[in-house]
Amino acid sequence: MTELAQIRNFSIVAHIDHGKSTLADRLIQLTGTVAERDMKAQLLDAMDIERERGITIKANTVRIEYPAKDGKTYVLNLIDTPGHVDFGYEVSRSMRAVEGSLLVVDASQGVEAQTLANVYQAIDADHEIVPVLNKIDLPAAEPDRVKEQIEDVIGIDASQAIPISAKSGLGIPDVLEAIVTRLPAPKGERDAPLKAMLVDSWYDPYLGVVVMVRVIDGVLRKGDRIRMMQTGALYGVEKLSVLKPAMVDIAELGPGEIGVLTASIKQVRDTRVGDTITHEKKGCEKPLPGFKPAQQVVFCGLFPVDAADFEDLREAIEKLALNDASFSFEMETSAALGFGFRCGFLGLLHLEVIRDRLEREYDLDLITTAPSVVYHLHMKDGEVRELHNPADMPDLTYVDHIEEPRIKATILVPDEFLGDVLKLCQDRRGIQLDLSYAGSRAMVVYDLPLNEVVFDFYDRLKSVTKGYASFDYQIIGYRTDMLVKMSILVNDEPVDALSMMVHRDRAEMRGRAMVEKLKELIPRHMFKIPIQAAIGGRVIARETLSALRKDVTAKCYGGDATRKRKLLDKQKAGKKKMRQFGRVEIPQEAFISALKMDN
Amino acid sequence: MEDWRNGGFGLYLHWPFCASKCPYCDFNSHVAAEIDQSRWARAYEAEIARVGRLTEGRILNTIFFGGGTPSLMDPDLVARVLDAVRATWTTANDIEVTLEANPGSVEAGRFRGYAEAGVNRVSMGLQAMNDADLRRLGRMHTVAEARAAFGVARDCFERVSFDLIYARQHQTLAEWRAELSEALALAADHLSLYQLTVEDGTVFGARAAAGKLRGLPDDDRAADMYALTQELCDAAGLSAYEVSNHAKKGSESRHNLIYWRYGDYAGIGPGAHGRLTLDGRRWAVEAPKAPGAWLERVEKLGTGDGLTETLTPQDQAAEYLMMSLRLSEGSELGRYEALGGEIKPSTIKDLVGLGLIDEGAGRIVATPQGRIVLNGVLRELLA
Ligand SMILES: Nc1nc2c(ncn2[C@@H]2O[C@H](COP(=O)(O)OP(=O)(O)OP(=O)(O)O)[C@@H](O)[C@H]2O)c(=O)[nH]1
Ligand SMILES: C[S@@+](CC[C@H](N)C(=O)[O-])C[C@H]1O[C@@H](n2cnc3c(N)ncnc32)[C@H](O)[C@@H]1O
Ligand code: SF4
Ligand SMILES: [Mg+2]
Repeated sequence: MTELAQIRNFSIVAHIDHGKSTLADRLIQLTGTVAERDMKAQLLDAMDIERERGITIKANTVRIEYPAKDGKTYVLNLIDTPGHVDFGYEVSRSMRAVEGSLLVVDASQGVEAQTLANVYQAIDADHEIVPVLNKIDLPAAEPDRVKEQIEDVIGIDASQAIPISAKSGLGIPDVLEAIVTRLPAPKGERDAPLKAMLVDSWYDPYLGVVVMVRVIDGVLRKGDRIRMMQTGALYGVEKLSVLKPAMVDIAELGPGEIGVLTASIKQVRDTRVGDTITHEKKGCEKPLPGFKPAQQVVFCGLFPVDAADFEDLREAIEKLALNDASFSFEMETSAALGFGFRCGFLGLLHLEVIRDRLEREYDLDLITTAPSVVYHLHMKDGEVRELHNPADMPDLTYVDHIEEPRIKATILVPDEFLGDVLKLCQDRRGIQLDLSYAGSRAMVVYDLPLNEVVFDFYDRLKSVTKGYASFDYQIIGYRTDMLVKMSILVNDEPVDALSMMVHRDRAEMRGRAMVEKLKELIPRHMFKIPIQAAIGGRVIARETLSALRKDVTAKCYGGDATRKRKLLDKQKAGKKKMRQFGRVEIPQEAFISALKMDN
Repeated sequence: MEDWRNGGFGLYLHWPFCASKCPYCDFNSHVAAEIDQSRWARAYEAEIARVGRLTEGRILNTIFFGGGTPSLMDPDLVARVLDAVRATWTTANDIEVTLEANPGSVEAGRFRGYAEAGVNRVSMGLQAMNDADLRRLGRMHTVAEARAAFGVARDCFERVSFDLIYARQHQTLAEWRAELSEALALAADHLSLYQLTVEDGTVFGARAAAGKLRGLPDDDRAADMYALTQELCDAAGLSAYEVSNHAKKGSESRHNLIYWRYGDYAGIGPGAHGRLTLDGRRWAVEAPKAPGAWLERVEKLGTGDGLTETLTPQDQAAEYLMMSLRLSEGSELGRYEALGGEIKPSTIKDLVGLGLIDEGAGRIVATPQGRIVLNGVLRELLA
């Protein structure tokens, strides 16, 4: 057991790529938590998909021990969080488990949109905040200017900001000392009934369901009978560990401590992030307030390529949901695709990550239908319906008007790219709300329709500003607009999974972009294929994919038979990644790629 | 009757050496400073005897010396091999004995000796009809040398064919028309016309991967070049009897027909492949590729065969279809089904409707439009 006074719990927050995970590496390394030979860059980004994309997707917790200058050894629980907007729920959830935050700001980039968004969350969570200026090894680093920016733009005291290089290790001892001296120790009553926060959970193929907890009051011991207060589920604690970051067994967790438990939990539904865990007998009376549920903004259908895999998909989705409380799912059926799930996500990257994880971690082949936001349909009879899937759009004669979700987008951009950003927002039906300056950078606030932003706005923004703009958004409400359903016909057959809602004035442009994109994405077939976009019965854009002209092996003799046969076998396997619509095979990636517009 | 008898039985001998390596070539060919030809003769003889025991009683229809550059073999070596063959199998009266030759002057000097050893057909790698393109293809000969060698070959052998590679870098349709017309004027009764294939693991492959192999035709232009080739060859009486092979009727390469009609063939030499039906099973056999490794295997283990697998009925059916559909005579549906293949009638109907195959008299045949997209047709048929 560790005395409260010797514990510090904190999250590391920042804009994407400002160096959170690299700072975590140095803290882990300097305290000798992980053997030197086991160290690697961004150690905590353990998922394949995190390493491939070079970003953090899941928040990760590590317990480290630090002998401070005051002669005492402290237990530090650090949570490394993701920076991308789509994983904001991970950040807000993590912050609830700790008392302080290290706010990392890249000293060569300065304050960015997610720096703001995250710092406000930290303030909301009553965190003590220690600003850290990273990457001062870079020639472009301007720590003094960035300090000023933090004070001007965010409005917190940055005089004590710590200049570091997470890459070289410079300044890391100062960070450790500041954690101990400047962040508060947790509070809690050891003698009170057990009250622990269910912070995270995941499915481990060997251990089953693993639950991460932060003890607020009381003591949790191996062997204890516990109760999940929201779900009422009862379990016996079988294994109690702390993460270093590998699991290390521990006899008990007292107030202020963070650890994980397993308890032969069969029903993954029994563990809800934000729930309060107490003892079965003599439990606490009032649960913790719980977490605000995540607000999904993009929806799409996920279907198994092979209909026989539906049950596997259900199981995989339930297990994955355990590890990511921010996506939603419910069963759906489609005439063309059979049984599947309609899932909600926090953004397109989130969608891609979940789809990828399902495919990789659970070995599934999936079809993703065109993503959509949620529209409100005001019917003539006064009923208001939610439309998650454009394919379900009812006959227009029954619809009075349609509302779409709008967001408030905050964009920080260097002056020289301001014109491009304004044009982009204007093109996407935006309404300017504010434009101000912070040094040589503009802060632009726009009211934008979510459906113009969700698919590729962020990519476009990055490309028009060469990566120098940053972006954050919040949903602000619904507004009526002239929205219509655009259908896509491939070889004269409507493909439901590609239909989408668009603004009437933008329909032709989007239709054109969509059919052009599909022409590139669908491989040539043995016959020519018309690809059309239509509103109601009216075709608004059309392309023709010409028939395959040449695909033959020039030389094929006795020595080539084996190679040729294997090639055909491989192509047959490749066909499984396609979905048949009438006589046309559409590759599964087409359903998302088609929505991204190049300009 | 065993299925292979529909195609016949041939022997392929692989000679793995070349004077230099061409940048587009992914054949099993090596450049060696010194070659002990008598050691190779002994190894080929031993293998012929071994395979002969496995296939006792068969009549051998064809022999093919392929490479590499078999025209680097001593005529004595070729004679020893052919003597061994005749001592092992009963050979057909009209046995076809082909040797692949490079059209250089040195090679031409050996032609008479090959003919005396029993070679009665040569296939020459002309590749292009202008010197600049020959250099770009890394070839050692000039057009003038090739024409001279071709003349010598016509004097020595009953049957002479040559190869061209087209759809080359920067080649226009008009240039190909002119080049092919020249070639047709030169040709005897057989011609192989290959569209350049950029193979992985070759110099061209690496250049292409680095984006440095410029001026190759796109699929549409390559398809136009293929159509032009058919048109000119048809007019010259050398219609395609296979995707890339043209001949007067009766002058087809009988050895290669064994492959396409899915007969049995023994493969001897480094990297050689074989298909042999033994004890009711069809075996796919492949020898190790490295010349030294193959020699040692033969000398120490008494067999050159390396990888050996039996083909399932489905594999055999697929191989039969993908080989035979290359031929203008097409595939016999009854034979395909007897092997274990299945085709949905609706698929055939679809492809017929698209003008890609014809069906009749129990056969399917790729039309000229179908032949240029044959891989696509096969994907449909084998799906
Ligand atoms: N030069 C320099 N580069 C750094 C430093 N710290 C981090 N980086 C680099 O910045 C990039 C992003 O670092 P990460 O640690 O993955 O950033 P992150 O904030 O965890 O990113 P997300 O989790 O995706 O939001 C990597 O290429 C790091 O090597 C530093 O002090 N100096
Ligand atoms: C085994 S090679 C011939 C061997 C002989 N050494 C020669 O080069 O003439 C058979 C023929 O295949 C053709 N060929 C080889 N590589 C090719 C490629 N990458 N693309 C197209 N045809 C090719 C050439 O026309 C060659 O003559
Ligand atoms: S093309 Fe012929 S000569 Fe050139 S390397 Fe290949 S086998 Fe040898
Ligand atoms: Mg990270």
